[in-house]
Amino acid sequence: MAAGDNTTTGETLSAALAAKEVEVTCFPEELREECDALRARYETPRAALMPLLWAFQRRYGYVSREMERVIAEELEIPLIWVRETVTFYTMYNQRPVGSHHVQVCGNLSCTLCGARETIRMIEEELGIAVGETTADGRFTLSVVQCLAACEEAPMMQVNDRYYGRLDRQRVREIFGGLE
Amino acid sequence: MSAPKLLSANFGSEVSHRLDHYLERGGYDEARRVIAEVEPEQVIDQVKRAKLRGCGGAGFPTGMKWSFIPKGGDKPVYLAVNADEGEPGTFKDKYILTYEPHMLLEGMLICGKAVGCHKAYIYVRGEFDLPIERMEQAVAEAYERGYLGADVMGTGFPFDVVVHRGGGAYICGEETALLESLEGKPGHPRLKPPFPALVGLHGCPTVINNVETLALVPHITRLGADAFLKLGVESQGGTKLYCVSGHVNRPGIFELSPSVTLRALIDDYAGGMRDGAKLKAVIPGGLSAPVLRPDELDTEGSFEGLKQVNSMLGSAGLIVMDESVCMVEAMHTIIQFYAHESCGQCTPCREGTGWMRRIVERILAGHGRAEDTANLDSIARKITGTTICPLGDAAAWPVMGFVEKFRDEFEYFCKNGRSMVSGEKVGA
Repeated sequence: MAAGDNTTTGETLSAALAAKEVEVTCFPEELREECDALRARYETPRAALMPLLWAFQRRYGYVSREMERVIAEELEIPLIWVRETVTFYTMYNQRPVGSHHVQVCGNLSCTLCGARETIRMIEEELGIAVGETTADGRFTLSVVQCLAACEEAPMMQVNDRYYGRLDRQRVREIFGGLE
Repeated sequence: MSAPKLLSANFGSEVSHRLDHYLERGGYDEARRVIAEVEPEQVIDQVKRAKLRGCGGAGFPTGMKWSFIPKGGDKPVYLAVNADEGEPGTFKDKYILTYEPHMLLEGMLICGKAVGCHKAYIYVRGEFDLPIERMEQAVAEAYERGYLGADVMGTGFPFDVVVHRGGGAYICGEETALLESLEGKPGHPRLKPPFPALVGLHGCPTVINNVETLALVPHITRLGADAFLKLGVESQGGTKLYCVSGHVNRPGIFELSPSVTLRALIDDYAGGMRDGAKLKAVIPGGLSAPVLRPDELDTEGSFEGLKQVNSMLGSAGLIVMDESVCMVEAMHTIIQFYAHESCGQCTPCREGTGWMRRIVERILAGHGRAEDTANLDSIARKITGTTICPLGDAAAWPVMGFVEKFRDEFEYFCKNGRSMVSGEKVGA
């Protein structure tokens, strides 16, 4: 049930996810301006690390080991500082995930309102189990901890949007409306 | 019981997050007046007399916290706003960030004046895309129009604000873990002392306040300490945001006087029990607060009121359960969360949460042992007070509460290999 398990370790990447891998061997020029702004905003280079990791993830969908090295060199901080932060925070994907990352809340308020059945239903709808990605690389399914939307239980987050009061019909509508 | 809606009047609005809308409502008038005309000591004194209590969970008196910041030191003073709303059952700060971001900024400016701080970080939980977007937009608007920056509203007072996105770690809601995270490090809580008021962010004096706490501050200076105090109860001024979820008809957020009883919150505001079911238990202050039975709900929903029944108001997230809930199963959901979120730094919490999770899983699978119930209680008790941060306590209290108040269900499950409520074994 642990959040992020499918985004950190596990089996070899499927072909669809492997196709999303990006090679980044030097600091990307397109992120230069943002990086400079971050360094000016924060007191130390290390403090700019989390926002810079977010910038990489927004651009590439994940943070690879190679990117960790590139970031460490850019900020002139030890690689281990980057590594320990990437691995501590579950929201940094260490490998590519599906285009739509479906994260269903499994905490108490949602469970009281049927989250367990919702999770099984979404597994059926997507044809995958929690922790897996569909063969076409479109959907990755995770169970996560409370997302602070208990008033709309049971709920899920798909990429940057929250969806509440889930039932089968609504889930079908939501998934059908995605690219 | 009808309290003015200081914070929530515009929750759900399409426009309240915009600067112009806030200005039309008299927004930033208080910050301008306080920065230009009021002495820092007077501001702190007013907040103390208003009896504002920290709304993040601990309920610490805000004015006292501000007064711990040394005056006239040579190091910069920082303000870290805790918007890492992660206590399960809690969803109030999300509304303030989304619908009243300028009210928060105004409260931050007043705090800045009070403690001599010129730079603030707002630490927002990483999953909050819309709230982060709204907050960033508000900060950008405020800079553009001179409400933030080198010369706030022509007063000569400089104030910078950075919106910082978290990475999905519950522990970062703990104030010193939050500081570590703001420095780019894993969120491992720090040993105290030294306290953040003296040695905080980057080794400098730092105030850490919750979103709701700061958003109430402009109302204190506007209404005056006495009027603000009168909105609340003797020990706690102002209104309070309550989050109600679970088996109620109208789950949601309610801004009320803390004199409201938990029973009224559930019956009168949250619409009573869903499907007319019978109430079984309430977790009153976010997941870590010890559970209450139906006969304990006539207590006042204030920090002091919840203490009277050996629980806590915490983050004011009420999770309501009806009679269909098997408490052993509910315990599994809870302990699984803490085992997952323990940062691993302290042995009692790291090992204890996992151990308790394995015991509950064993019970659910129908292999419970006679001593399991007592062991859960005993492990929980050995975690309390033995860890660097309160996550250990937060994991132990619900276990102790569940075992104390629903002991028969745990013992029944261990003895019979199935749930007293559903009659089934659950597997885990």
